[in-house]
Amino acid sequence: MSIVAILFMLAGAFFFTMGVIGFLRFPDFYSRMHATGKGDTLGAVLMLTGLALYNLHSGFLLGNILVSIKLMFIAVFWFLANPTATHALLRAAFDSGLVPWTKDGKSVIEWPPK
Amino acid sequence: MENFFLAISLILGLLILLSLYRGVFGPTVFDRIIGVGFVGSKTLVILVLMGFIYKRVDMFVDISLAYSILIFIGTLVFAKYFQKKGAT
Repeated sequence: MSIVAILFMLAGAFFFTMGVIGFLRFPDFYSRMHATGKGDTLGAVLMLTGLALYNLHSGFLLGNILVSIKLMFIAVFWFLANPTATHALLRAAFDSGLVPWTKDGKSVIEWPPK
Repeated sequence: MENFFLAISLILGLLILLSLYRGVFGPTVFDRIIGVGFVGSKTLVILVLMGFIYKRVDMFVDISLAYSILIFIGTLVFAKYFQKKGAT
């Protein structure tokens, strides 16, 4: 059980690290959102799942099962809430007229699109 | 196993320091908002890890649950507040 938990948590740390690297190195707001919106969600869900599995290693008592159910509830809530927050923030940036980055500096289509 | 949890907490703290760079020097206001949300989601995991280190998971899980709802509502409120023309 604890081997599986360690694997889950190392995978979560990997996704968090990739999210931070993309967050620091990508050129504009929309591509940074692409890195964080996915790496952040999957990293937190994997970490919380690993911790919920590790919590059950000392036997299936009532308190342990309740804490694990709460941890899985946080994971499911985060899996639903973080993409929603990402979408709302991206929509706000789009409506406030933030122009996407292109390599030669001029936009591909007329911005903002109708 | 406590040493492993401590190592993961230290890695997450380092990532928080790295992503605070965007929160302070971000070119637009939306970069700062994602920076703060990113710090919040790592704090969520660190709170549960602290519960495992101190062997009080049943208390720290409730704090983490309330904190996750707080981050979600905060990001939504900021996104709604800056959603007007030319707010960057």
